[in-house]
Amino acid sequence: MAADLDIDKEPPTIVIRPSHGWASLNLHDLWRYRELIGFLAWRDIQVRYKQTALGIAWAVIQPAFTMIIFSIFFGRLAGIPSDGLPYPIFAYCALLPWQLFSQAVTESSNSLVANQNLITKVYFPRLVIPLSTIATGMVDFVIAFGMLIGMMGYYRIVPSQAVLMLPVFVLLAVAAALAVGLWLSALNVQYRDVRYTIPFLTQVWLFATPIAYPSSLVPEEWRLLYGINPMVGIVEGFRWALLGVGKAPGALLFVSTAVTMLLLGSGLSYFRRMERTFADLV
Amino acid sequence: MGEIAIRVENLGKRYRIGTSVARYNTLRESLSDDVRGLFRRGRRRTMEDGDGEPEDMIWALKNVSFDVKHGEVMGIIGRNGAGKSTLLKILSRITEPTEGRVEIQGLVGSLLEVGTGFHGELTGRENIYLNGAILGMKKATIDCKFDEIVAFAEIEKFIDTPIKHYSSGMYLRLAFAVAAHLEPEVLLVDEVLAVGDAGFQKRCLGKMEDVAKEGRTVLFVSHNLAAVRHLCTVAVMLSAGKVQYWGHVNEAVAHYEAQIITGSTGQGPLSVLYETKGDFTKTEFAITRLEMLDEEGRAKPSVATWDYVCFRIHYHAQHSVSEASAELSLASLEGISLLRCSTQPDSNVRMGIQPGHGIVDCVFPQWPFAAGRYLINAALALPMKAYLCRLEEPAILEVRARDVFSSGQMMPEASRSLLAIPHRWKI
Repeated sequence: MAADLDIDKEPPTIVIRPSHGWASLNLHDLWRYRELIGFLAWRDIQVRYKQTALGIAWAVIQPAFTMIIFSIFFGRLAGIPSDGLPYPIFAYCALLPWQLFSQAVTESSNSLVANQNLITKVYFPRLVIPLSTIATGMVDFVIAFGMLIGMMGYYRIVPSQAVLMLPVFVLLAVAAALAVGLWLSALNVQYRDVRYTIPFLTQVWLFATPIAYPSSLVPEEWRLLYGINPMVGIVEGFRWALLGVGKAPGALLFVSTAVTMLLLGSGLSYFRRMERTFADLV
Repeated sequence: MGEIAIRVENLGKRYRIGTSVARYNTLRESLSDDVRGLFRRGRRRTMEDGDGEPEDMIWALKNVSFDVKHGEVMGIIGRNGAGKSTLLKILSRITEPTEGRVEIQGLVGSLLEVGTGFHGELTGRENIYLNGAILGMKKATIDCKFDEIVAFAEIEKFIDTPIKHYSSGMYLRLAFAVAAHLEPEVLLVDEVLAVGDAGFQKRCLGKMEDVAKEGRTVLFVSHNLAAVRHLCTVAVMLSAGKVQYWGHVNEAVAHYEAQIITGSTGQGPLSVLYETKGDFTKTEFAITRLEMLDEEGRAKPSVATWDYVCFRIHYHAQHSVSEASAELSLASLEGISLLRCSTQPDSNVRMGIQPGHGIVDCVFPQWPFAAGRYLINAALALPMKAYLCRLEEPAILEVRARDVFSSGQMMPEASRSLLAIPHRWKI
C-alpha cells in the first residue's frame, strides 16, 4: 500500500462509461502495471521449460538446428551464395532476429486466448499480455545471441563500429513482432481462424525474408518493394552490423521502418478498440 | 474527496443472446454476413451491435443507479441471472457498460474469484508474487506482506512446493491469503466465500469484517443471506437486471425472501433452474431448460430435504442419436462431485434422441440432500464416450431446510451433514 501511495498521492477517480470510436493509448495505466509485464513473462519462462530434460538449452538448439539444415541444403547442396561469409554464420546471424520475430508473433497471437482466465476475472491494461510474450522472446534471443558470439570467435569475425547500430535493429525487430502480434492477437479473440493461419504465415514469411539467401539475389529494381516486408531491412541490418556484410541498408531500412511503424500504429489502435469487448468475446 | 465512494448512474449492459450459444464467430461466417449485409439496404450496423438484430439482445442490467458512501459495506443480492455478476464485472472494469456511468473514488481491488492466474507448475512462493501482481499489488508491497500472507495461509512448510501438489484446502487458503492482503480503498467481492469448508468460510468472513472495520468501502455480492446480513449495513437487491430495492440490509433481505416465497420476479418462475433462449439452429445439441416439478407435474418453486422432486431436462437436437444418455449431476459449491445419475450406464435405461425439442425426467421420490446450496448440472451424452452438451455453467440449487428427523431444534444442514438419510437410534 505504501508503495502504491507513493505513485498515486491522490486517490484517483475512475470513471467508467461506454467508450466510442478510437480509444487513447492510456500509457499511464500501462506504466502502473509495468511489473505485471515482467511477472507474466517470468511465469512463461518458468513454466515453458518445466519438465523438459534440456531446459533453457532449447533456446539455442532451435536456431542451431535450423542453421545446420540450412547449411546442408541451401549452403552445400543448392550452393546458394552467402556474400563471401561462411554459410553457417551467414544463416545463424539472420536466424536470430527471425526467431525473435516469429516466436513473438506466434506466442503473442495466442496470448489473449491463452490468458482468458485473467481477462474475464481481473482488470489490467490488456496490452500487458502481448507485451509480456515479447519479453519472453527476448530472453531466448539473448541466450541464442551468446552462441553467435561464440561462432564469431570461431570464424574470427570482428565487428566494425557498425555494431553500435545493433540495438536499433533489435528494437525494430521487437516493434515489428509487436505490431503483427497485436493485430493477430486481437483478431484471434473473435476469429479463431487466426490460430490456423499462423504456422503457414510464418513459413511463407521465412522464405520472403533473406535468411537462407542474401538479398542481393533479389533484382535491384525490386529491392524497395521487397523492403515492404519489414523483416528484410532488419535482417540485412543485423548482417551489416555484426558481420560487416554489404553497405548500410539505407533506403531499404527506411521502407522497412516505415512499414513497421504503420503496422504498429494501426495494430495499437485496433487492439485498443477491440479491447473493450475481449472479456465478452473470449 | 467527497462522501460518495461509488456512484452508479443509469447503468445498462446489453448482451447478444447468441453469444453464449455460438461462442465465437469464424471469419467465414463474418465475411458471408458482411456480403449478405451489402444486399440489405438501409440497415446501419455499429460495433456494439455486432451483427445482431435487436430481438437477439437482452439487457443484463438496465437503469441501475445507486451510491455507496465511503466506509460503507454494501451487499448485492438477487437470484441467479439477476445481473449481480455483470454489475461487478462492470465496476471492476472487466467489461464495458452499454450505457450509463460509474464514478469510483480511490484504488479499486476486485476479487471475482480466488486464485486468479495461479499456475500449478509454480511454487507457492512464486504464485504469491504472480497472483499479487495480477491483482494489482506492487512487488515491494508483496515483499512487505510476504510473511504475513504465508502465515495466514498456514503453508510455511510447502512454500517452495509446486502448488499442483497442494490439497484443495491449501490451495484455497493460499489464494484467499493473497487476496486478503490486497488493501485497496474500494473492494469488490464476488461469492468467493462460497468455497471452502465452514471453518475456512468463517475465517474469510472474519477477515472481511476486519476490512470493513478499517473503514474501507466494500461491495459484496453473495447468495449467503446470513453473511450479507452480518457484514453489510446497506444492500441493493437486483431482479431481472433492475434495482428492486436499495436501502437497509434487513429490508433488502426481506424483499429478497419475499420474492423467493411468492416467486414474483420478472425473471420467470422459480421452478426453472436454468434456461437459455436464442437460436439453436447453429448448435447440434443444447440443454435449453432445467426445471423442477412436483408429484402432479406442476412447477415446483423450491425443494426441501426429503421432498418428492422431478428434474425435467429440456433439450434441443439437430439430428437423431439412437443410443444416447441423459445425465444429472450435483456438486458442492467447491465443485466436489456428490451425485451423478445417468440413463446409461448407471441405470441402464435406453434412450434415443429425435431432432427437435425433447424432454427427459429424473425423479427423486425422496430428495436426500440437507439444506444448503449446490451446483446442479444436466447433460446429454453418448454413453461412455463423449458429452453432446451440458449447461454452460452449472445452476445453483438451493435446498430448503426441513426437520425430517423431528428434532425440534436442529434441521439437517449441509455444513453438518450433506445427506439426510433415514436412520434410527436404539438405546
